[in-house]
Amino acid sequence: MIPRIISRLDIKNEFVIKGIHLEGLRKVGDPITLAQKYYKEGIHEIILMDAVAAYYDRNSLDKIISKTCEKVFVPITVGGGIRSIENIQTLLKSGADKVAINTHALRNPSFIDETSRIFGSQCIVGSVVAKKKSESEYEVYIDNGREPTRKDPIEWAKELVDRGAGEIMVTSIDNEGTKKGFDNYLCKKINEVVSVPVIASGGCGSSDNIKYLLDTTNVSGVAIASLLHYNIESIDQIHSKLADFYDS
Amino acid sequence: MNHPKISIIDYGIGNVKSIINALNYNKIDALLTNERESILKSDGVIFPGVGAFGAGMQKLEELKLIEVIREFTSSGRPLLGICLGMQLLFEKGEEFGHFDGLGIVSGSVKKLKVNEGIKLPHISWNEIDQEKVEWSNTILDGVPNKSKVYFVHSYACYPKDHDNILSLTNYADTCFCSSIKMNNVYGVQFHPEKSASIGLRIISNFINLIS
Repeated sequence: MIPRIISRLDIKNEFVIKGIHLEGLRKVGDPITLAQKYYKEGIHEIILMDAVAAYYDRNSLDKIISKTCEKVFVPITVGGGIRSIENIQTLLKSGADKVAINTHALRNPSFIDETSRIFGSQCIVGSVVAKKKSESEYEVYIDNGREPTRKDPIEWAKELVDRGAGEIMVTSIDNEGTKKGFDNYLCKKINEVVSVPVIASGGCGSSDNIKYLLDTTNVSGVAIASLLHYNIESIDQIHSKLADFYDS
Repeated sequence: MNHPKISIIDYGIGNVKSIINALNYNKIDALLTNERESILKSDGVIFPGVGAFGAGMQKLEELKLIEVIREFTSSGRPLLGICLGMQLLFEKGEEFGHFDGLGIVSGSVKKLKVNEGIKLPHISWNEIDQEKVEWSNTILDGVPNKSKVYFVHSYACYPKDHDNILSLTNYADTCFCSSIKMNNVYGVQFHPEKSASIGLRIISNFINLIS
């Protein structure tokens, strides 16, 4: 089955930014313009991440979501600094379909139980951000990749799903922004232990990276940023290359 | 009828903003309401919803909407159930227990039967298959067979009367009913408000059926 191709937009001060290893930010454009562009070009879904949520102690993308979804009719996930039921309500009311939660879930895991009960599992994406400690040992990071936690991402992904997350998004800090390909090993390990769909994020530099990931892991979707923001390949090219590969 | 009065049932669940936006895109200003009078005065009704069957029925009961929806569909005017909205039209649901639905369409709602290792919820852009059903003069008028639309669900509808099936969809090794039509009552398991231009076309067709 053809995976979902998802465009990830990290937003700071109303600009889409792009970095490497979640650092070193460069402005690449206006979020609403880019979201509409990718929508028109056939993107399957959009993820909007609030890169500076920590400073405001909440996710502040509601106005951008609201404007975006007036003309963008594909699912929208929002993440970054989500810490309260009220914040989620505001974001969903403004038009988001799903919320991605990382830091607050780690500090307070029952937040996942609570929110999946109130809003439904289909609305809660467990966001697992990880970095390698050694060849096959990883560590979960919170706070947009800044703070290590000593937690194992595979165990953590399982716990997120047990507590009610309906989807898992795995972001590799090591590969993020490098355009060298996904962390296939990490994605495979997590995909094997959870019953819900897994989205791989971090490192995509070509549709060949996507093909290789799918061969190795069978994940359900890929979140791509550099590939689109830097016009390396168009969404059309990605769809055609994958369609050839996945003759349905 | 130039500006049909369309209501969206407000029972506190679902991304109604996107439905409102999709209707606005088609130049319709819909009313988000749970008031009996407003719903019964509408020319057409959209019945959205996401989440669990039992929770949905409980909300409808609390807001005294069960009889209102039944009364509206008896009038013969068009209704479109989306996702959980479609499921609640049926007689019974099996999610987290056994619950009675609205009983407007015969059949029940059951968990998708998938093999081990197949992911649930089913989240994908998947094909709606016409089989031998005629789509003209329905909400799928002009939609190419096997068009891809956006699904996110773990449960699906199994209509007793096969004449009510409007489209089928395959996921892994299982086949389920992705949309229904019973006179002017329509249900879609997928989200037309999230299915790009095909979805907007389906919504536009629904609006045209009302006019």
